Amino acid sequence: MNPALQGLVTIIIGVGGCLAYFYFSNQFLDKVLFRAKGPNAGRNINRANLIRPWLFLFPAVFALGLYLAYPVVATLWYSLTDRNQGGAFVGLANYRQMMAEPKFWEALRNNMLWLIIVPAASTAFGLLAAQLTDRIKWGAIAKSLIFMPMAISFVGASVIFKLIYDTRPAGQNQIGALNAMWLQFEGGIGSFIVLRLLPGALMISAAALALFLVWQAVQAIRDKGMGAGAIVRIAFIGVLLFIAYSTLGLAYGAFTNVLPYGVPQTWLTIPGWNSFLLMVVLIWIQTGFAMVILSAALRGIPEETIEAAIVDGANPFQVFFKIKMPQISGTIVVVWTTITLVVLKVFDIVFAMTNGQWETQVLANYMFDKLFRASDWGVGSASAMVIMLLVSPILVWNVYNARKEMR
Amino acid sequence: MENIAGRTSALNWIVHISVVALVALWLFPTIGLLVSSFRTADQISSNGWWQSLFPTEQNLTLRTADPSNQTLVNGVYVVEGNLFGDTSDADISVWGVTSRAIDTYVPGDTADLGDGVTITVEADGTYIWTSPEELSGRGQRVFATATTPPEFTLDNYDTVLVSGGRTDSMTRAFFNTMTVTIPATIIPIVIAAFAAYALAWMDFPGRALLIAAVVGLLVVPLQLALIPLLRLHLEIGIGKGYLGTWLAHTGFGLPLAIYLLRNYMVGLPRDIIENARVDGATDFQIFTKIILPLSFPALASFAIFQFLWTWNDLLVAKVFLIDATGQTTVMTAQIVELLGTRGGNWEILATAAFVSIAVPLLVFFAMQRYLVRGLLAGSVK
Repeated sequence: MNPALQGLVTIIIGVGGCLAYFYFSNQFLDKVLFRAKGPNAGRNINRANLIRPWLFLFPAVFALGLYLAYPVVATLWYSLTDRNQGGAFVGLANYRQMMAEPKFWEALRNNMLWLIIVPAASTAFGLLAAQLTDRIKWGAIAKSLIFMPMAISFVGASVIFKLIYDTRPAGQNQIGALNAMWLQFEGGIGSFIVLRLLPGALMISAAALALFLVWQAVQAIRDKGMGAGAIVRIAFIGVLLFIAYSTLGLAYGAFTNVLPYGVPQTWLTIPGWNSFLLMVVLIWIQTGFAMVILSAALRGIPEETIEAAIVDGANPFQVFFKIKMPQISGTIVVVWTTITLVVLKVFDIVFAMTNGQWETQVLANYMFDKLFRASDWGVGSASAMVIMLLVSPILVWNVYNARKEMR
Repeated sequence: MENIAGRTSALNWIVHISVVALVALWLFPTIGLLVSSFRTADQISSNGWWQSLFPTEQNLTLRTADPSNQTLVNGVYVVEGNLFGDTSDADISVWGVTSRAIDTYVPGDTADLGDGVTITVEADGTYIWTSPEELSGRGQRVFATATTPPEFTLDNYDTVLVSGGRTDSMTRAFFNTMTVTIPATIIPIVIAAFAAYALAWMDFPGRALLIAAVVGLLVVPLQLALIPLLRLHLEIGIGKGYLGTWLAHTGFGLPLAIYLLRNYMVGLPRDIIENARVDGATDFQIFTKIILPLSFPALASFAIFQFLWTWNDLLVAKVFLIDATGQTTVMTAQIVELLGTRGGNWEILATAAFVSIAVPLLVFFAMQRYLVRGLLAGSVK
């Protein structure tokens, strides 16, 4: 059968079937099982109303259970068994095998970098765009244009950026924008400012910010004593110290690296840089999302608080950092976690642009590799469980918040 | 307040300029792809797309028509024509007849090629090549530095959409993507709407637990579902194909659908629903006659999400749909394949990518309002 026709039939059967199911099951309940007539009418209505929610819920619960809940358990089981031994239980052997592979650690390390850089950069750019566009008349158009990459597939975005990163041999016209820009630098004072001073200063200020947050967290622990919150804060401090250390390292590198001026670079094959260039793709896509959400949050801030601050003589920067930022911190957390979830599952970009070569591997692509190229379901499942493990803090936090809201 | 107003207007210029810069930075990549899709392979490889928007000065190697076109005029053999073909807006600044001296002459000059053979080239590329003897061999080479106007073509779209071979043509993949997307968008909406109504307006034990479960499943990574479900599909005989893909997309889209729709339905006015109940309407009637029409904005938001997500998806299609024959390939998968096999053919790649991007972009700009509303409902709660 022609797929298009098959699709049409599926829509009719699927949608019609759903509607028919809902209609007839309700009819059956009311007219046959518990008739709302005769001596037991009252009791029957109550009984019917006990069952009815489950009629409404059944297809959804069934699909959720089969397509999301069952796989979690099944994947856990597969990660503990070996397909080649007929599915025999092998304990943690798959995990051990995975840990022994340098590619896995490379994927994990890259994923950590993605987890730090992409949400941070997207949120920062989104906040900047939201704050700037809210102040001007044509802000709506500007927003819609910055938001546009949301509609573009990861694969499409990969093609777009591959064109930007494209390389031609030295001497030819460069058709990739990045190389064309790179060849403008020749080691003079301009190159020093743009390629050394600027990134160096940026990294040093990022390190300073991280250390400042560490200081605040330490203060908070000192004030509130050792409780459940202290454990979270200590973990937070650990991450921040790592960030500060790596940004300082990058700042040192920015000033001391020997830069090959005038030579076109094959960007996607330079370890270190290439991961970062892949992240740019995702940042480009996610900034619009962050901007839309944060812009709504900025508009939700009560005018009086801002007016009061201006009357008291606060400058625009103070208004932004001291008045607005604290009021939208909750939304920033939501945006951050949402982007974090996207980052953890990022697959298409790496798959399409480098396929994990040149040290750009990430967990989701590593897993795909294990599953469908190496046909190693055990290790593939084990790496899927690692992704699940990384997601679960957000899962718990979301559920906790949802329950709090319900009460 | 005057001084405050003054300060903000001083800042205004900086704000405007920054926004222009930001928007330009964000648009630059997409425009590059769009422009490249209208250029020929030669144009793309000869200079960057940003240069193609303006008249560019290029060093060209051109050739006159073959001597077979020569005519005998007043005892001299003459070949006439234009170096750029029929018509051209090109403007030659200097030219030469050997590759070592490409800037010997200016337009209007006559170059002596020896043995009485001469060639005269005008600024617009017209030439007169004369010889006392009969000319033979191929046309005369001319090295010209010329400013050529922007030039665009629709040939790439013709190749990708109509006349391309098996690997280049996106037609089949386009329809496959459609076939995946439409049922995969509609079915979860129907299922989720009923469930969301039950979770929002019906009282039953375990409701809070179910809502928490939905919130939890919202973040379960797709990756976990791949192996168990592929295995399940193979065991129950669905195998790789559209049916399995639709089911998978339905399952993966449901948590967000239920979450969004429930949040929206909870906010509907209680009075309407209770009045309807008092008047004797059944839950089924309340749902179809009152809730569904009122929930249109939320339904539209989710429909856009699910549409974008299924249209742009690569992973689910690769795992559940595309089999060894490759008959059911979708656009994203085909583009990845093109990246591998035709990595240097930017004209095909850019056009193929733009064809796949065009539909979501249209939907995006047409229904942006609902998309934003859905995002806000999903996140700021």
